[in-house]
Amino acid sequence: MNKDKEIWIFIEQEDGEIAAVSLELLSKGRELAERLDSRVCALLFGHGIAHLSEMVISYGADIVLLADHPELASYRTLPYAKVAIDLVRERQPYILLLGATPNGRDLAPRIASAARAGLTADCTDLQIGDYRKKDRVYGDLLYQIRPAFGGNVIATIVNPEMHPQLATVREGVMRMAEPDRTRKGEIERIEPQFSARDLVLQVVKREMQPLCCDLKSASIVVSGGAGVGSRENFELLYELAETLGGQVGATRAAVDAGFVSQEHQVGQTGITVRPRLYIACGISGTVQHRAGMDQSSKIIAINSDPDAPIFQIAHYKIVGDLNEVIPWMIRAYHENAK
Amino acid sequence: MAYNCIVLVKQVPDTAHISGKAMKDDGTVNRAALPAIFNPEDLNALEMALQVKDRYGGQVTVLTMGPSRAADVLREALYRGADRVILLSDRKFAGSDTLATSYALKCAVEHIGDYDLVFCGRQAIDGDTAQVGPQVAEKLGLPQITYAETIQSLQEGEITVQRAFPRGKETVKCALPCLLTVVSTANRPRPPSVRRMIACKLAATPLEYPALLKQWPEFETVEALDAYLAERDLKIPVWTTADIGADEENLGLDGSPTKVWKVDYVVLGTSESRPVPATHEGISALVSELIQGHIL
Repeated sequence: MNKDKEIWIFIEQEDGEIAAVSLELLSKGRELAERLDSRVCALLFGHGIAHLSEMVISYGADIVLLADHPELASYRTLPYAKVAIDLVRERQPYILLLGATPNGRDLAPRIASAARAGLTADCTDLQIGDYRKKDRVYGDLLYQIRPAFGGNVIATIVNPEMHPQLATVREGVMRMAEPDRTRKGEIERIEPQFSARDLVLQVVKREMQPLCCDLKSASIVVSGGAGVGSRENFELLYELAETLGGQVGATRAAVDAGFVSQEHQVGQTGITVRPRLYIACGISGTVQHRAGMDQSSKIIAINSDPDAPIFQIAHYKIVGDLNEVIPWMIRAYHENAK
Repeated sequence: MAYNCIVLVKQVPDTAHISGKAMKDDGTVNRAALPAIFNPEDLNALEMALQVKDRYGGQVTVLTMGPSRAADVLREALYRGADRVILLSDRKFAGSDTLATSYALKCAVEHIGDYDLVFCGRQAIDGDTAQVGPQVAEKLGLPQITYAETIQSLQEGEITVQRAFPRGKETVKCALPCLLTVVSTANRPRPPSVRRMIACKLAATPLEYPALLKQWPEFETVEALDAYLAERDLKIPVWTTADIGADEENLGLDGSPTKVWKVDYVVLGTSESRPVPATHEGISALVSELIQGHIL
């Protein structure tokens, strides 16, 4: 066992619910740990959350560093950063991964700056491999793979010298393995100490929808873009989604136009989905949007413009008016599903 | 009570119109080959700072790090209402990743000194990392409020801010000084004012003097041009590594732990792609096929 190459995963939880991306990272962490012959260590912070340790172990952690403290009850940058930074400095993990959620993107740079370590945001893939620079070879580095420059290129980033190698990983891109309830792991309690400076910010009010998002886990997504044309026309998409048992997604353009609310946004700045079927309605297919849906198993594109770029990645191309095509689909589904 | 605000802004390539030709072999962007714009969320950050000034008084200082032509965003900031602008420019900054950049910005913010609030855009459209704001905050030892949408109150050394996320809103209260990163839904940035455009049109950094001398032959020497601009408060200062007392080993490629190893261009394509007639029959056949294939 290679204890110098520990892989740490920050577990994001809210009111006792673990974010899906943290479980996805545990699965990925396991894979990387096998490759490095090392172990996966989970950072579990909160208050009254000790019972989550077992779940974290079942998804792949070998060790849980559990910080259970009233000041950690809901996420705040400074107390969370304090605990994480102290642990990183003391134990020097090889890799530290966080979900690219708002909290992960708030916390990770704070840790990276304090540890003077490199950080790559929004990775869509992670691999282990060597890096050569001039005559020097750095073995077993973390390849941090992410789209860059508006999704026009895919860049592979490495942090050869300063560790930990820090990355945030986009939600929904790593496959979550089945939990193994028989897995054994260690739980180590951390007793954090906070100074007044760590507590200068207080949360006054929180109004958040639950962590789990139906769109992300949906196996059928009916998505609309600017071409849908109006909020009223979007009702058709809801009807189709309901008929097929799917969820409604949207492009940034449709969100910006006010057709639908932001939690439906699929793409580089929204949610990444990988459903069994993605139905793109009135979507031109910008790289930013494709970055959030091009892993879908099957893609149907409906667009009145035969040259829309979305057709380049669609398995089924329908050049036509979505206001005709969608009602036909709904009717055909009812007829065929009988 | 007046509040002094510093706004960190970035000139970015317009990534909506990028091509592979704009990439250099080392994987970094050849910014010279792209149209350059004021990073959109940095305009929201500037607007939030200007609103603080409008309401409570104080100075708005805008700082950017970049090459000579980044002075364009500083002029734009002046047109929109900034009191003071500074260009942080030095060859030693070249190749900086977010950690090295935040170190340089931290040194410059400390060099400015007197501030209550630091504003940044949530993220820049060229990297989408959202890292520089929090890293500057950490290096300055400041609390941070990311995803800031509305300042609800500002009094007695304390700020209350509403943060906006895809899943909802959160309101937090924090002691000053602190750093905010601002989201695009925060406000509608005021347009450049015509009056200020006329007043500040000639604002320039010394890096631009050679070009200006060609344009304005009436100034015979650099000194004459410099004296003219300085007298009218139109000289944009350029700070270097030495000016801000930065340690060179924390800057540029040496100060950047992340290395871009490889860049692949996105290639579109799908192996099986089939047109489906946009008719009732065509759609019906497709739906039936998908049901049989257990996709629906």
